[in-house]
Amino acid sequence: MNNDFSNVSRISRRDFLRNTGLAGGGLIIAAHFAACSSDKTLAGGNFMPNVYVNLMENGDVEIVCHRSEMGQGVRTSLLQVIADEMEADWGRVTLLQATGDAKYGDQNTDGSTSIRKHFDLLRNAGAVTRQMLVNAAADAWGVPAAECRGLNHAVHHEASGKSLGYGELAGHAATMPVPEDVTFKSPEDYRYIGKPMDLIDGLAFTVGTAAYGIDTQLPDMLHASIERCPVVGGKLKSVDDSGARAVAGVVDVIQLGDGVSPPGFNPLGGVAVLASNTWAAQRGRAALKIEWDGGANASYNSPAYREAMEASAKSGGLQVLARGDVEAAFAGAAKTLEATYFAPMLSQAPMEPPAATAVINADGSCEVWACTQDPQTARDVVAGALGIEPAQVTINVTLLGGGFGRKSKPDFIAEAALLAKKTGKPVKVTWTREDDIRHGYFHAESCQYLRGAIDAQGNTTAWLQRTAFPSISATFGSTDGPSAGELGLGCVDNPYAIPNMTIEACKAEAHFRIGWLRSVCNVYHAFAANSFANELAHLAGRDPKDYLLELIGADRHVIPADSGATYTNYGQDLGEHPIDTARLKAVLEEAASMANWGRELPRGSGLGIAAHRSFLGYVATVAEVSVSEGGAVRIEELWTAIDAGTVVNPDRVRAQMEGAGIFGMSLTLHGEITGTNGAINQGNFDSYPVVRMNEAPTAITVHVMPSTARPGGVGETGVPPVAPAICNAIFAATGKRVRELPLRNVSLV
Amino acid sequence: MAIAMTLNGKVHSFEAEADMPLLWAIRDLAGMTGTKYGCGKALCGACTVHVDGEPVRSCSFPLSAAAGKSVTTIEGISGDGSHPVQVAWRELNVAQCGYCQSGQIMSAVALLQKTPSPTDQDIDLAMSGNICRCGTYTRIRAAIHKAAGSAS
Repeated sequence: MNNDFSNVSRISRRDFLRNTGLAGGGLIIAAHFAACSSDKTLAGGNFMPNVYVNLMENGDVEIVCHRSEMGQGVRTSLLQVIADEMEADWGRVTLLQATGDAKYGDQNTDGSTSIRKHFDLLRNAGAVTRQMLVNAAADAWGVPAAECRGLNHAVHHEASGKSLGYGELAGHAATMPVPEDVTFKSPEDYRYIGKPMDLIDGLAFTVGTAAYGIDTQLPDMLHASIERCPVVGGKLKSVDDSGARAVAGVVDVIQLGDGVSPPGFNPLGGVAVLASNTWAAQRGRAALKIEWDGGANASYNSPAYREAMEASAKSGGLQVLARGDVEAAFAGAAKTLEATYFAPMLSQAPMEPPAATAVINADGSCEVWACTQDPQTARDVVAGALGIEPAQVTINVTLLGGGFGRKSKPDFIAEAALLAKKTGKPVKVTWTREDDIRHGYFHAESCQYLRGAIDAQGNTTAWLQRTAFPSISATFGSTDGPSAGELGLGCVDNPYAIPNMTIEACKAEAHFRIGWLRSVCNVYHAFAANSFANELAHLAGRDPKDYLLELIGADRHVIPADSGATYTNYGQDLGEHPIDTARLKAVLEEAASMANWGRELPRGSGLGIAAHRSFLGYVATVAEVSVSEGGAVRIEELWTAIDAGTVVNPDRVRAQMEGAGIFGMSLTLHGEITGTNGAINQGNFDSYPVVRMNEAPTAITVHVMPSTARPGGVGETGVPPVAPAICNAIFAATGKRVRELPLRNVSLV
Repeated sequence: MAIAMTLNGKVHSFEAEADMPLLWAIRDLAGMTGTKYGCGKALCGACTVHVDGEPVRSCSFPLSAAAGKSVTTIEGISGDGSHPVQVAWRELNVAQCGYCQSGQIMSAVALLQKTPSPTDQDIDLAMSGNICRCGTYTRIRAAIHKAAGSAS
């Protein structure tokens, strides 16, 4: 497919049917034109050309959002795409949130995929609708469809001056064959795509009517709070629930059994207290007397684990990328440098903790309301837990009060379904903040061992990287090494033009449920790579920005396979979405320019820079920090440039970069999950702090690079450069190199 | 026991334990879900409401302490979203996921009632109890200035 969207794309009917999941069958008929010149009488009724659009007789349009809204603005941007291609009037459009159903295609809202993987599908849904309305009008008027145009909620025939509103045409359009080909609008004709449209949920967000997973209320509903084993894989030894049952409002105490191994998306088991309100359930739960057997994972202690992981990274692992001869380069180097970077476990900690409500109907079917990123998987997991068919499960997707990867796992939804089945009543499960932080799917802790060489001219001649982290795959099976997919998140896709490079994947066992967190492995891979590039710049006595540009090297497309690496490119074609060094350098130059890179700063202040491609988007960030005499760090300001190709809503892209700046600051300054005897030490925002208003920078300035390239990811793309930009700035300010996160564990005095 | 108060301008009587946090009474008993749970320990501000005009963290405020007082939640700020703070929030598209914004708006409204033209430092002091995990702080700051009429 052409990379340039200024060319009109044509989508085949086969693609359309495949993309939309619509039933085919006998509809491939060339558009026909009525012989008579008088207008036909239009049939009434709705027009549902595909699963995403429902045009009503009165002209109102319902558009289905099949992706989950968690703050990325997808309910607005998805609507923009379909409404634009359809030429719908924004004021006539309302949105329906899809339930979990394979007929909508991929609904798993993670990997920053909503636009990058669905842009053409959404455009197609709108363009097919518009074309069928045009064909309906042409048929009614007895004129060629090519003479008619769908524009702003009506079809017009210029020669005769006739026009018919979309609503008037709805019933007739429903009788039209689905067109074999549709023509997408040219970008210069976009009405909504590329425009900073206001949030469609803006009013609801400000008056308290926005409904999240935690907000579901059903008649006769019970509220559940669940005590779970503090160690993954542990077992219940004994429970005394007499105290819990004595609490006013407590209705029942139910044992959910033990968790399974591997844990997957399954509930962790435990003891549930059900009550007439949330407070009573929590109080009753606090009165439970439970003994647990922690099992094998109780052997985990963070300091010892870190030591072992660092030893693993230093001793080497499986070679996953190799070019040139690093050993020869080290032997002939003018200078060499080695460094080990550590980053801890993290919790997603969305402001809305996991929460779900379920009811079992008289026919055995189950209906759920939940804040899920992945309603189809939720459907399968609930069906599995209940022993019924997925078709008997309805997953209603609420708004998500943040997700960041946590809510792609439906364990909490299955808990609600199991309790609804056991009680025969609607049950809402609300995780406490402590539940969320102690029983999560954690972002892996990691260790990166780097060794580099420079020649007499200061050029980097060798780069050895050994990465160690427990794999997400271990949550679903037995493994002690990273997966190829994880290594493709900022590691084997290294863009540096260094002639001799070796990357090795080292062993690390998992003792917790390891899961996705916004940007995933890119967080620690970008931290290590951008920090080490900065260290090499200083070793070579060069400006870090200039040196980074030289490391990235000539304009080219990086092909990891040429260095023997397996690379999955975020599930998309490397030809359509290359690793384009020119784009990476362009955001780097832009961010540097925005920050007025190279200017003099007072003592104790510094600028740091980092650039990283992830999720098919390119982001560079400059941080300005000041470090007090006492070693306190303040991030004064951030500048970010993003090239995400074609963007649908530039204001939401800016918002995501602003939020990524704060999210990245949180993990840089504060974020740390640790364990003792297999149990998590943190529990709430006192022990797991995140950035607050008083730490927010004076400004986060974002530039969205104009582009007609295919859309890349946005939601996760902004986080990876933040930590290394800050730590590089700290070096510029103080001369102290930060090689471990978070900064609260690092002395800068 | 019965605990009576004025809730968003109407007399409301709760039949509940005296130590039930106001948050759960508002959400589970009165059925008003605009006020959010985030931490249960007055650490995040998602549950912020006004009691006699003062912002309080309702997750850690016993129901009995609100007896006889006037409680205002996000639903009671204007009803139709016309309060200048709500308008500014929409004009700047502050929200991302939106979950914490009820509490943010309640804190901002309380700030502006006392300090009609706040400085950035005033905003830091008044708003640092409200966590936004999506990271909308710079827009919140701008929206408060805008609502105060002090935006450039």
